[in-house]
Amino acid sequence: MKSLEELAAIRNRILNDVTIRNEGSDKIRIVVGMATCGIAAGARPVMKAMMEEIDKRKLSNAYVTQTGCIGLCRLEPIVEVYMPEGEKITYVKVDEEKAVRIINETIVNGKVIDEYTVGAYEK
Amino acid sequence: MVEISLHILDVVQNSIKAEARDIEIYVEENIKENYLKVSVKDNGCGMDEEFLKKVTDPFVTKRTTRKVGLGLSLLKANAEITGGSMEITSKLNEGTFVCATFGYDSIDRQPLGDMAFTMVTLISCNPDIDFVYKHIIDGKTFEFSTKVVKETLGDVFIGEQNVLNWINECIVEGLNEIRR
Repeated sequence: MKSLEELAAIRNRILNDVTIRNEGSDKIRIVVGMATCGIAAGARPVMKAMMEEIDKRKLSNAYVTQTGCIGLCRLEPIVEVYMPEGEKITYVKVDEEKAVRIINETIVNGKVIDEYTVGAYEK
Repeated sequence: MVEISLHILDVVQNSIKAEARDIEIYVEENIKENYLKVSVKDNGCGMDEEFLKKVTDPFVTKRTTRKVGLGLSLLKANAEITGGSMEITSKLNEGTFVCATFGYDSIDRQPLGDMAFTMVTLISCNPDIDFVYKHIIDGKTFEFSTKVVKETLGDVFIGEQNVLNWINECIVEGLNEIRR
């Protein structure tokens, strides 16, 4: 079983690290829909894939969080990306593969993946 | 839902909406007595008697973005097809208790699924809420509490990726230990 000593060691490492992940207004906020519709459509593995990719690439400019149902249940899992400048991108029908691509292209390179956006689906 | 742990994730969303500060998640696997029980207890705003009576009706919801509320209806249906049941008790301004029992060896019972990442999801998205997660398998108990984690962390944020990784491993290992 994991010990709390191990957790305390992680705490000390974080305290000594200046590149701490903080939920600040200068970060990109990635929001995954986590209502019944989102969860049933596969929101949890999408969230997991995004968190793992952010961790793997040691990205400190973004964090993942959740929201409820935004009323587009048929297009779940939905991922909204809020840029610090105020721009918002809504990706629909996201799966684990798309989630990784969203991190790599939108979060790292600042590029919108047009074919995943709600606009492309609702034409 | 393909996993019972996703139902738990879903039911807890109701507790979060109800502005609960403390949420207790309980899972009991009793193979001898052939049942799997899951429950969620919160200290959120609760429901009045009238709403409680119709809460498992799929056409009843408090949300405004759509007209159906399927979470509890689906859980009830999935528990009942395994020979189990679901019960809810709630008191306005005190909290809500949702408990579902499944037939353990029923062919229709969904697998429990990834409890560890269900907890990580809940904690990372709701760092201010205190979660207790208790899991019993044939009398052996694993217990996890974010209060204990937060005490150890002090000023460090529980949503830090390294901390979340530790929580995930802690739960995976803890469950493996009691499953042996």
